[in-house]
Amino acid sequence: MIELKGVHKAFGSKEVLRGVDLVIPKGESMVIIGGSGTGKSVCLKSVLGLVTPDKGEITVEGQDVTRLRQGSRERDAFLARFGMLFQGGALFDSLHVWENVAFRLLRGSLKRPKQEAREIAIEKLRRVGLTPDVADQFPAELSGGMQKRVGLARAIAAEPEIIFFDEPTTGLDPIMSGVINDLIREIVVEMGATAMTITHDMTSVRAIADKVAMLHAGKIRWTGPVAEMDTSGDPYLTQFITGSAEGPIEAVR
Amino acid sequence: MTFLAAIGAFVLGALAAVGRVSIFAFDTVSHLARPPWYPREFGVQILQIGWNSLPVVGLTTIFTGGALALQIYAGGARFSAEAVVPQIVAIGMVRELGPVLVGLMIAARVTSSVAAEIATMKVTEQIDALVTLSTHPMKYLTLPRVLAATVVMPVLVAVGDIIGIMGGFVVGVQRLGFNASTYLTNTIDFLEWIDIVSSLSKGAVFGFIAALMGCYFGMRSERGAAGVGSATKGAVVAASVLILAANFILTEMFFAG
Ligand SMILES: Nc1ncnc2c1ncn2[C@@H]1O[C@H](COP(=O)(O)OP(=O)(O)O)[C@@H](O)[C@H]1O
Ligand SMILES: [Mg+2]
Repeated sequence: MIELKGVHKAFGSKEVLRGVDLVIPKGESMVIIGGSGTGKSVCLKSVLGLVTPDKGEITVEGQDVTRLRQGSRERDAFLARFGMLFQGGALFDSLHVWENVAFRLLRGSLKRPKQEAREIAIEKLRRVGLTPDVADQFPAELSGGMQKRVGLARAIAAEPEIIFFDEPTTGLDPIMSGVINDLIREIVVEMGATAMTITHDMTSVRAIADKVAMLHAGKIRWTGPVAEMDTSGDPYLTQFITGSAEGPIEAVR
Repeated sequence: MTFLAAIGAFVLGALAAVGRVSIFAFDTVSHLARPPWYPREFGVQILQIGWNSLPVVGLTTIFTGGALALQIYAGGARFSAEAVVPQIVAIGMVRELGPVLVGLMIAARVTSSVAAEIATMKVTEQIDALVTLSTHPMKYLTLPRVLAATVVMPVLVAVGDIIGIMGGFVVGVQRLGFNASTYLTNTIDFLEWIDIVSSLSKGAVFGFIAALMGCYFGMRSERGAAGVGSATKGAVVAASVLILAANFILTEMFFAG
């Protein structure tokens, strides 16, 4: 279970998170929606300790993760359970695609023989709809959507218990989005992983969410099961779902 | 009053920067004693920093050695030119010009590329990705670069010293009509161990500074392309100034005592 309590984060004078409270039960798929620039990525990064909250508490299975020291054994053990797909892919451009995917399998506590790591990488690439011939290319040689999928393959390569997806389908065509949605659903159901996904894509929300949370003005505006999303009666959420320019959320932010 | 306040703010800012750089340097070195290490990254950096810098090192020092020989000859050493030119070229190259020129070329070539590479990794979230993949950026990126530069720079400086002396030799023999073997004997007889030791030590220190500044500025890069640009500029300026300052201090330590 992941729990955020009163999480605040400001960059300079810009208050991005102003008291985020959120609970993600083990084995569930939580989707976070909200306008761009509202701090959804910052929210994920604070759970991973990439951003240190100014105030508030974040626990993963009862363990306070904001106090883990960078490079400590506890933090390594904590991170070994995670997979993260970054919004921009964040592939290492000096490494081949397969070395990116197998990064964790080539060093550290999960290290295994090179040939085996490569086979796993190719298998994961296939699961995200990429053919084995991309394995030996460099990330810069791929299109944006392909890079995203390589990032996804890297996130799931070591079979993590907790997976964060930051806009997994942005920049993909509708068919490929469908493939990725099914894959995320499959990972949660089959591997029993806990997932937290950020997306703007309402089709995606309906395909992968158990629960939905909407971030607005630095706080969780609404959270509940995906089935109740359409009948929430919350004007902010309704405006977001219907994609209407009219409503309480200002178009110019 | 505002003038004094400005000076005060500048001094405080400079002290804070020195503090941050020192902490970064100690942190980097401390990872030498703490596994995991990444020998493959170290090997790649040896090639990139060392091997790939050889052409630029050779070109800079050969022309400087040659010019130095002409200058000393033109500057009134015509009497005992055959002895004085090789001696001053050797001393000048080995003690000062070799290490300083190679140091500055490395600041231009290596510091800039290290800073730009790491800053790009920072702004494209690759550093964050490294962390989530349980890999410490200081161990995986900083230490291999700093260590490789420190180890390989004495070699580059030695090569630079030799090629610089060769530049003087070619000019001496071809242009000034000196006897080739006399030139070489004069060079070798005149150089002392301290000259060579100081030259190579300077190289190691300058290499450390050059790579450290590249990593430091890269890791602190602001977001966006402008962030990468100013990180790179800052790194090259800081490395160049620090190399020249360190050169003064090292010369003082080796030769003024
Ligand atoms: N490292 C950072 N430094 C400064 N500002 C940041 C940083 N990370 C995020 N921000 C700012 O925080 C806000 C929220 O960003 P983000 O979480 O990426 O939004 P989104 O909800 O679209 O994912 C943005 O205004 C962004 O500029
Ligand atoms: Mg985002």
